[in-house]
Amino acid sequence: MTQSANRQTQGAKRSLFQTLELDTRLLGMIGAFVLLCLVFNIVTDGRFLTPRNIFNLSIQTVSVAIMATGMVFVIVTRHIDLSVGALLATCSAVMGVFQVQLLPQALGLGIGHPLIAPVTMVAGMATGALIGAFNGWLVGYQRIPAFIVTLGGLLVWRNVGWYLTDGQTLGPLDSHFLLFGGIEGTLGATLSWIVGIAGAGFAVWVIWRARADKLGHEFPVKPAWAEVTLAGIASAAILGFIWILNSYEVPAARLRRAFEARGETMPEGHSEAFGLPVSVLLLLIVAVAMTIVARRTRLGGDIFATGGNPGAAQLSGINTRLLTVKVFALMGFLCGLSAIVAQARLANHTNDIGTLDELRVIAAAVIGGTALAGGIGTIYGAILGAVIMQSLQSGMAMVGVDAPFQNIVVGAVLVFAVWVDIQYRKRTGEKV
Amino acid sequence: MSTERGTPLVEMRDISIAFGGIKAVDHVSIDLHPGEVVGLLGHNGAGKSTLIKCLSGAYQMDTGEIFINGARAEIRNPRDARALNIETIYQTLALADNLDAASNLFLGRELVTPAGFVDDARMEAETRRIMGRLNPNFRKFKDPVKALSGGQRQSVAIARAVYFNARILIMDEPTAALGPQETQMVAELIEELKAQGLGIFLIEHDIHNVMKLCDRASVMKNGQLVGTVNVNEVTDEDILGMIILGKKPDGVAG
Repeated sequence: MTQSANRQTQGAKRSLFQTLELDTRLLGMIGAFVLLCLVFNIVTDGRFLTPRNIFNLSIQTVSVAIMATGMVFVIVTRHIDLSVGALLATCSAVMGVFQVQLLPQALGLGIGHPLIAPVTMVAGMATGALIGAFNGWLVGYQRIPAFIVTLGGLLVWRNVGWYLTDGQTLGPLDSHFLLFGGIEGTLGATLSWIVGIAGAGFAVWVIWRARADKLGHEFPVKPAWAEVTLAGIASAAILGFIWILNSYEVPAARLRRAFEARGETMPEGHSEAFGLPVSVLLLLIVAVAMTIVARRTRLGGDIFATGGNPGAAQLSGINTRLLTVKVFALMGFLCGLSAIVAQARLANHTNDIGTLDELRVIAAAVIGGTALAGGIGTIYGAILGAVIMQSLQSGMAMVGVDAPFQNIVVGAVLVFAVWVDIQYRKRTGEKV
Repeated sequence: MSTERGTPLVEMRDISIAFGGIKAVDHVSIDLHPGEVVGLLGHNGAGKSTLIKCLSGAYQMDTGEIFINGARAEIRNPRDARALNIETIYQTLALADNLDAASNLFLGRELVTPAGFVDDARMEAETRRIMGRLNPNFRKFKDPVKALSGGQRQSVAIARAVYFNARILIMDEPTAALGPQETQMVAELIEELKAQGLGIFLIEHDIHNVMKLCDRASVMKNGQLVGTVNVNEVTDEDILGMIILGKKPDGVAG
């Protein structure tokens, strides 16, 4: 009773953020990210926040960000996966063998056959899911700590990848496959706008739908202007991002080559924008799908319940062992998906692909607010964490910070971010 | 007396379970009828919780048989127990601290929309409905349950058991962490559920609560059943004697 009375007296004084019901943690992270970008932009004389650099940053972030969404579930269920980089290498090796040797040569499909890319991708993702499920079985059913299983896995799978390819770089890759890498596969201006408008429409629909649901059950809702503001911010962010990507124009020389390859000559004054890269679109789809899994499916409910109190989850009839297998299998599947993007971006399978990715992925999830104690974490947080890490790294490279200092800063930022998080939770009265 | 009332709701026959070399439960038989509250008493480590966990599916007994409504039941895990309408309120509450009341109420049994997605709004509406009945002062529907008081948490745990139409309710020290007012609330709830025909196993240390709430009391010591008595035929000293000495008082029928 006193609680609700308090709320009412404070009602008039409720801050803007409370009325909007925004996550203050998220706002803090966005604030830190904006600050970081502005500082780099000033130091680099405006080179950091150009459409070109933002385009590059986006495609560099995708691989780690995709895996970070899976790592959220792994860490929320109180496990860890140190083998994601090695798993990515194995998936990449399998896909390299498939599309460079097995399908075109041994099976005789020939180079450029349209089946090569899809079959290769399915093989890569299935490999990841299978290995992930095996890891999950070792953790869930055999009760080996995830730290050990995946520490072993780090060595095992990196070197399985090595063995499969004899350590060789595999290439050139299938031309359809390369579309998932970034610069080789973009939607162009018109299609990007269509995707952007669809995305903005989807965001508005989600906000409206949630409000209608609450009204249907006569729950309290935010004032209408707050909802409209939120919908406006979401739409503006999506369309703004598309606008920036559409401002990055394909270099004239590259366009001319493309025309020449088709046996045409480029008309004078012709220009094209890159637009939204396929890989970034893939990340956005993964983000939406994983958020739906986390928030709106029983699997997600089980994952967060198990992370909060494994004993309670088990007594409530949740099969926590099978759940562990599912979580690790999903992580493995996402490693396979990431391997597609990483390999296509490099335009080759290389033996060292994904090296140290496990640390980047875990850092992204943790910077994004995933608690190692389990039970807490968000998909958007992990993706923002990955973006922040990548921005920090590229920004320092642009500024010309020496390589050792780059790593020192990234490491220090990771520890600092977790410290800030602990302070924040203390102040909001959460258990740390 | 109990033998005259037809088929018991629950009959646990000759249950034994050992951990390592220690016999935590040693050939114990108890039963429970509809509309009855049976207290389970004994010192810490007497085997009460262990025995009852065989019924709730948290442990698997080594030997013995469980009959539900006269039919032999296999209870291998908590899911099996739930399928038999056995609900348990654990001493440690078994709530996920990071989730809100609705998510805890429907833990492992979330309501879903026709499309198969979790229906948060309906779950919250149902939670508001049942909490309005059990604990009308409850307001914190949006907060994770770690922000709740002991009594509020207990009402979430009880709501969870009640919501799913339990026929057999196991309560492991439901009032241990509660203040007097909240204890009274739980006592009233037990009376109400009993009137609805549920059978309740109540693990309880407070002898006054036992005398007040229970119809029969089964006393355990060192993993063995000392005896079962009708509460209205004995005094609280008799029961304390059973707990401490491990002997049934003279002239009392079981």
